Amino acid sequence: MKVVVCVKQVPDTKGGVKFNPDGTLDRGAMLTIMNPDDKAGLEAALRLKDEYGAEVTVVTMGLPKAEEVLREAMAMGADKGILVTDRVLGGADTWATSTTLAGAIRNLEYDIIITGRQAIDGDTAQVGPQIAEHLDIPVISYAQDIKIDGDSVIVQRQYDDRYHVLKAKMPCLITALSELNEPRYMTPGGIFDAYDAEITTWGRADLKDVDDSNLGLKGSPTKIAKASDKVRKGAGEKVIPDSPDEAVSYIVDKLKTKHVI
Amino acid sequence: MDFTLSKKHEMAQSLFKEFAETEVKPLAQEVDEKHEFPRGTVEKMAKAGFLGIPVPKEYGGQGCDPLTYVMCVEELSKVCGTTGVIVSAHTSLCVDPIQTYGTEEQKQKYLPDLASGRKLGAFGLTEPGAGTDAQGQQTKAVLDGDEWVLNGSKCFITNGKEADVYIVIAVTGKVEKRGRTMKEISAFIVDKGTPGFTFGTKENKMGICGSSTYELIFTDCRIPKDNLLGQKGKGFNIAMHTLDGGRIGIAAQALGLAEGALETTINYVKERKQFGRSISQFQNTQFQLADMATKVEAAKMLVYKAAMKKAEYQQNPKISYSVEAAMAKLCAAEVAMEVTTKAVQLHGGYGYIKEYDVERMMRDAKITEIYEGTSEVQRMVISANILK
Repeated sequence: MKVVVCVKQVPDTKGGVKFNPDGTLDRGAMLTIMNPDDKAGLEAALRLKDEYGAEVTVVTMGLPKAEEVLREAMAMGADKGILVTDRVLGGADTWATSTTLAGAIRNLEYDIIITGRQAIDGDTAQVGPQIAEHLDIPVISYAQDIKIDGDSVIVQRQYDDRYHVLKAKMPCLITALSELNEPRYMTPGGIFDAYDAEITTWGRADLKDVDDSNLGLKGSPTKIAKASDKVRKGAGEKVIPDSPDEAVSYIVDKLKTKHVI
Repeated sequence: MDFTLSKKHEMAQSLFKEFAETEVKPLAQEVDEKHEFPRGTVEKMAKAGFLGIPVPKEYGGQGCDPLTYVMCVEELSKVCGTTGVIVSAHTSLCVDPIQTYGTEEQKQKYLPDLASGRKLGAFGLTEPGAGTDAQGQQTKAVLDGDEWVLNGSKCFITNGKEADVYIVIAVTGKVEKRGRTMKEISAFIVDKGTPGFTFGTKENKMGICGSSTYELIFTDCRIPKDNLLGQKGKGFNIAMHTLDGGRIGIAAQALGLAEGALETTINYVKERKQFGRSISQFQNTQFQLADMATKVEAAKMLVYKAAMKKAEYQQNPKISYSVEAAMAKLCAAEVAMEVTTKAVQLHGGYGYIKEYDVERMMRDAKITEIYEGTSEVQRMVISANILK
């Protein structure tokens, strides 16, 4: 079994968000992490590796710096990492991104493609399903459980107050929720191996069956009119005490905790 | 000379930090208060490979260098001194001597289980009458047919009752050395559950309260002849060399405690207000913190240097890292004691309250000046080298 996992390096919101003058994210200036939904997708793939001996290939599109996220994935147990990076691919929206990733994945053998539901920097949830459309394979989104049944997958799809159980023939694409599982830690030895391993780097020329008009900023129908950081305010806390005495003791406790009194 | 961590070390450090913050820190206070060995955390560390960091992959380890191991103990100890010493005693005092002195059969038998954390290790040298004076050993091992028969006891043993595999130092006879009769000392591997091997009292300690510190008792305890570790009569050298490595682990624990106390205090002084402003704006606070940070950085350089020297030794066993290990431990332990004490002082009354981490850190720091060779022993090792 061959599993391809798409991961994205996203800003670590703990470190603050920075913008370029044109409103796009200044990715070079921010601390980064592996997108949480993607990490859960990777963990799901690694469990398929543990159980069925699946070969796990991780693909990311981004700046050369995005290589770090592939090393992290390999330190967790992925077998191969492929970085898709090229100046002409920059500024891509979800359409251009999914076109690019599909172009890369066409070079690979796969039974299952797993992507995260959505990335915490864009929150669109579009790239996974779009890749499936480009590749003309079934997609099951919002997976909270994945099982293999012969040549098919059986997936629980989260849905508001219930879940759906869907079965799809492989090859197919699944989008994972961060609630799917608790991703494993990297291992120290895995980190050493990941840094000794080769990362495959692909550019525009390596993408299969894609048209330049669908790539990069020029191939992106979405235009960002304006982006801004949220104005930070104290979150505040609402409490409804049962009595005035309780209210007073609550406030006094809070003030003590904050060393005001 | 390059003071920059490599990318792989940076990533390993971020892994240890994330693990410590997520899995260890939330339990640190409870582990201390209840004097409870953090078994669940040990299992998680085993899964993440933390119990076999410097062990070669062929024996089921992670195949990393001593610096990676040191950073692991350091990051764990930043948030919990107990967890730091569990890894240090296991790795430096049990896994390392088997890796260094074990026969191929012993390595095959013990290392995969220890490196994967399926089993935990401990080391028994200290006795009620033999601490710094390791020659004062009373525990005896007598060869009887195909078995060694052990009698005696060991005290203050870290990972005591929780371990599965123990390195035990015992007297196996007498030898003439420079006209004097000396005890012949040998090292053994003893499995938990061996008849005649029992545990005495659990020590009620000032700090590292979650660590399992027990007396080991051997009463006609018969172990296979093949469980002799290294050559007969070389036990003293094995113990001393093992402690050289152990000191780097404890130095890393001390460094972590100092760093943890410093970080906690930096956050606290920015928040705490007196006379209408945060106490970080007072020059006394600033100068204290400057001294603390400088000493922590100096200790870090010595600890990392000792780890690098041990890595050199692994390439060339003629190189000694004994003095570097002693300097690292002496400095880091004394810095840990000083920095945690100042951290409590800067916290004022709150620092004396158990809810605040620095109270625990100060108690945890004290032992780093005592175990695996007191600060005085480190001074003996260092001065003996510079005066020879």
